[in-house]
Amino acid sequence: MKVAYWPGCVSRGFTPELHGSMAKVAPLLDIELVELDRACCTGAGVIAEHNQELADTLNARTFALAQQVGGAELMMNICSTCQGAQSECQERLDASSDYRAQINETLAGEGLSYETGLTNKNFLWLLVEEIGLDELRSRVRRPLSNLRVGPFYGCYIVRPRTRLGIDDEHPRDDYLHMVIEALGGTVIDYAGMRKCCGFPIITMNKEASLKQAGRHLGDAVDAEADCLVTPCPLCHLNLDLQQPLAEKAVGRELDMPVLHLPQLVGLALGLEPKDLGMSRHVVRPTSVIDWSSSVVGAAAGASSGW
Amino acid sequence: MAETHKPPEQFSFRVRRYDPESGEAPYWDEHTVELEPHRSVLEAILQAKDRFDGSIGIRCSCRQAICGSCGVRVNGEPALACHTHLDAALKGASDGVIEIEPMGNMPVLKDLIVDMDAVHWKKVHRVTPWLIAKQPVPEREYLVPHENMVDVTQTMACIQCGACVSDCLAMEVDPGFIGPAALAKAYRFVGDPRDDQQFERLNDLAQDPQGIFDCTHCFKCVDACPKDVNPMGQIMRLRRIATNDHHIVDQNNGERHEAAITGLIRNYGLLHEAELIPRSYGGNSWFAKFTPAAGKELLSSLPVIVRGLLRGKLNPKIAIFGHKIPKDDLKAVQAIYDKVESREQRFELNLYIAGEDEEQGAQASAPRGETPSGAEASAPRGETPSDSTPPADPSGSDYAEAPGGVENPPSPQDPTGEGEIEAGDAAGSQAQAREPGGDERSAGEGSEQ
Repeated sequence: MKVAYWPGCVSRGFTPELHGSMAKVAPLLDIELVELDRACCTGAGVIAEHNQELADTLNARTFALAQQVGGAELMMNICSTCQGAQSECQERLDASSDYRAQINETLAGEGLSYETGLTNKNFLWLLVEEIGLDELRSRVRRPLSNLRVGPFYGCYIVRPRTRLGIDDEHPRDDYLHMVIEALGGTVIDYAGMRKCCGFPIITMNKEASLKQAGRHLGDAVDAEADCLVTPCPLCHLNLDLQQPLAEKAVGRELDMPVLHLPQLVGLALGLEPKDLGMSRHVVRPTSVIDWSSSVVGAAAGASSGW
Repeated sequence: MAETHKPPEQFSFRVRRYDPESGEAPYWDEHTVELEPHRSVLEAILQAKDRFDGSIGIRCSCRQAICGSCGVRVNGEPALACHTHLDAALKGASDGVIEIEPMGNMPVLKDLIVDMDAVHWKKVHRVTPWLIAKQPVPEREYLVPHENMVDVTQTMACIQCGACVSDCLAMEVDPGFIGPAALAKAYRFVGDPRDDQQFERLNDLAQDPQGIFDCTHCFKCVDACPKDVNPMGQIMRLRRIATNDHHIVDQNNGERHEAAITGLIRNYGLLHEAELIPRSYGGNSWFAKFTPAAGKELLSSLPVIVRGLLRGKLNPKIAIFGHKIPKDDLKAVQAIYDKVESREQRFELNLYIAGEDEEQGAQASAPRGETPSGAEASAPRGETPSDSTPPADPSGSDYAEAPGGVENPPSPQDPTGEGEIEAGDAAGSQAQAREPGGDERSAGEGSEQ
């Protein structure tokens, strides 16, 4: 399937391994990525906090660019925070035709216009709702047997439920669980899996921010997870890049590797940890986990030599 | 709505019991009751209390979601016990037994009763929860614009149940945080044109290290609230008025952080992460990194930065120069900034006031392919250059079905007219145009005394 692909800022900045691993995984799932490289940052909720109309116009511009991608079935992002910020703007844009007209008038200078009807899904939602868990399962070449994976969702992709379309038919706040299982891994539940990583207040209240990250990582350690997986690069910054500082904030050793969602999918689809940028993390999953014993070769004939 | 004529069924639940005065540890107590599925969790607890164990502690009064007494956690989520149907609660139970606990972030007095005085009410008192009237007080009643009153009505809908306080994730690690309920209450007066102390209130809440900038933006309180008060949304509005209208520069980097992100995206189109920390601490300028506050912070982050660089995680080129979108697009983005930020009145579409004007199901939640076809082609399309026409792909992409694309050919003219929108009165009944300089929004303007 062809998608208008919004990678976000951080996936191309401080977590380049996320953008890189998505590019590697996409062809294995027959996803054609048409990158929206002309679009700007969603504002991560902060621009909306500053001026709602500004955030709505900037994101409407991104939506309009996505609607120009011929043959694309939908727009896809790889960042929980982008999903949340974009859904918020889209909710307002779709609610009022007067407001939409006002926004489109600003965009008209560039010849752009946003019309309702754009579907925007995080890679996680796309995996479950578009590709399907059965299809995903059938493409697994190296099931993640014996790998104990703790999901870390990120706030923006699980709340608020109504805006994000989470209901009995679309239990999107359970999708990470379902994907880990489909890849052959063992889901580890722990207290912090749907809580806040603390990143939004890292510059305002660093101590509280790092305590949040440290507490959730500690909960995952206590639940004996081998690693965490997250669909949000901002969570990854606080959970991985800042983990040494989080250890100090909570006064305990953590050593918990945190994978990006496409990395976990890529591993199961047969890609090598190094190709997925896993040696670039601050807490190296490659040194903490013995992948050769954690990941057992699949019946489909995995390549050897990990 | 649940069906109301289903026969009684058996429901099992376990209550977390704890009596701090007993010296014993908390424990789980399980009961099974027989009630119709539409009955509430509170009714189940009261039946068990009545029939099996009168010592279960629960606070309740109205039993109809208006008094705010029976806040608890049901299956780990904050809720009013009287406002949660048993069949819905059973669906959320992982092992077929409904789990009922006291609310979080507050000390337990007994079983399901928590100490609201020690936490919740103390925080509400912290925000001066009464009107400080502008002088002189009119002889007759104050007259306030309708939109202003509807606006603050959302926070007045709060029933003080504490559900948002219970699950506030910032408070979980920082108990001193003023918190969602109290800050929503603060907006009730900040947003009231009759109040005389808007600046003082906001300055107080912005300068407090555990004030408006301590919120982690996690949406927990938004989902927790049984009355749609949207506490986090109110906190964001407090921030917006504090920074934009009053230019309050706080000691918590709140204003600088907002200015840094907004400014960096204006300059680069994308977030330049390496500049974010220095600017949040030192101010919105490239030279911020040389200020003492930013220098100190950068020094403490140095081990992290070095580690990132060594791992090849941080690309030195991107770390120093950042990444940008193409030049023409950056210009377009900056043109949007210029236009929107030069408006005389900041524009805010408040869906609580406006509601949704169309039968639009076209949000992220909507299944694909269900694009409504009845939407009018009201959106201006300007000259509709060829590159903005819908994709030619006939394979049924959503975009081709967008209103105006197929069924309603786009109008070459802007049907709404330009001036109408700029003036803000076109949407006056739908959206609230907020004035800069809230202090100037005097009672006189709306009061016609």
